Amino acid sequence: MNLLEIKNLTKQYGAETLALSDVNFSVKEGEFISVIGPSGAGKSTLLRCINRMIDATSGEVIFDGVNVYDLDKKELRKLRTKIGMIFQHYNLVNRLTVIENVLHGRLGYKSTLAGILGRYSEEEKRQAFEIIEILGLSHQVYKRCDQLSGGQKQRVGIARALIQNPKMLLCDEPIASLDPNVSKVIMDHLKNISTKLGITCLVNLHQVDVAMNYSDRIIGINNGKVVYNGPPNLTPEQIYMIYGSEAGELIMDLGGKNAS
Amino acid sequence: MRVEALVKRRKYSLIFFSILLVFTLASIIVTDFDVTKGFTCIPKAIVWSTKNFYPNADSLEKIPKILTKLKETVFLSVASTTVAAAFATFFALFGSHTTRINGFLSILIRGIASLFRNIPVVAWAMILLFSFGQSSLTGYFALFFVTLGFLTRAFMETIDETSKESVEALKAAGASYFQIIFQAVIPSSLPQMISWMLFMIETNIRSATLVGILTGTGIGFIFNLYYKSFQYNAASLVVVFIVITVFAIEFISNYVRRVIL
Repeated sequence: MNLLEIKNLTKQYGAETLALSDVNFSVKEGEFISVIGPSGAGKSTLLRCINRMIDATSGEVIFDGVNVYDLDKKELRKLRTKIGMIFQHYNLVNRLTVIENVLHGRLGYKSTLAGILGRYSEEEKRQAFEIIEILGLSHQVYKRCDQLSGGQKQRVGIARALIQNPKMLLCDEPIASLDPNVSKVIMDHLKNISTKLGITCLVNLHQVDVAMNYSDRIIGINNGKVVYNGPPNLTPEQIYMIYGSEAGELIMDLGGKNAS
Repeated sequence: MRVEALVKRRKYSLIFFSILLVFTLASIIVTDFDVTKGFTCIPKAIVWSTKNFYPNADSLEKIPKILTKLKETVFLSVASTTVAAAFATFFALFGSHTTRINGFLSILIRGIASLFRNIPVVAWAMILLFSFGQSSLTGYFALFFVTLGFLTRAFMETIDETSKESVEALKAAGASYFQIIFQAVIPSSLPQMISWMLFMIETNIRSATLVGILTGTGIGFIFNLYYKSFQYNAASLVVVFIVITVFAIEFISNYVRRVIL
């Protein structure tokens, strides 16, 4: 069953710039999909048009049987609780503790007043500790986020998304600011979330080898258009086609893929 | 190419300094300023100050009176700054790019803030003298308006700088506007906002002294009074107290800053 369907999605900035033009694809429940393409191809815009952090110019986004662009403000808030989002720069409130940041994921479910006062139920707190435990942050629970390393911050970001009980995660270059070791930890967590919890993942990536290793399917975007949509075992020709460059112009290491 | 650019830049700075020189000379001629006399007067001024401008035993009797006025000035600046900070917080929330609710309102607030900020505090005092006369209310509002303009701008930049990213994350999680303000914007920007407020209290104590001369209130008034009635010893004592106060306030605010940041 398709969890997400994107039909003729177009986003135009100003009179000239076409960030997305006529994007069509669908995502099945539980799938792990990587979106790759050169910088400025429209990957981030695509992700943000799905939960309407950016409003598309035209087209439809059907999530879980509902057209996202038909919703009013209140319904949109409800919908966003079902879609977790993970960011390149983690986007945490750095002066607050890990647990406070994780619980922020529950705000969409709470009344305005309870949210303002930061009053969470015992059940919510228990769940927060459970998720923090799974992500291996038990020793950092009461630490302020500005004292954490990049990898730890990203795991807080994942915990904040998971506590929403989402059906889908949108990950906007989750490992772009991390070193290869930490990147592997984060990608393994995301893969686990997808396989064990059955949460659909849509991940923007810059690393082609990572995309090929982890995804069920790869979507290639160039210049606002979907230029590839298929299995993750890309040939070099296909990669060059996605990135719009001549053979030999890309820095790439596909050795890991062949060896494993 | 690079050498050419370098030569060009040197030419521009030469032109700039020549223009500056012409302006300086022109102003000296227009105002009949005697440069040599101006500088040779400085030793004489120092001699005069050491002879007349120091606190003596008689002037010490004036201390209670000076302290009352000093208290008035300090409280005036603290009160105007804190009240202005409260208003500025609201203005900044609706004016900043991250938390604005309406584009037009944001531009309006930015415009008002910039207008308030760019009218000097003394000009404000002169304008307000018409409405409130020579009272402390005039000084209060003069400080209030400038502080409101300045803090609105400073708070807006603090909000945009410190909470843009976390606001995006909370919005994506389905949080409502006020939840985002209280859970993300205020926790991340409050320390810097307090720091700006302390800075403004320091500045306002200095400005309040000047404004006091105009409005006939506070420490500025009493300095003016002693000075104009040739009580130079008492006037110098007032200056000593002003300097001590400014240092004390700076020390306190630096301490508070260290603790909260």
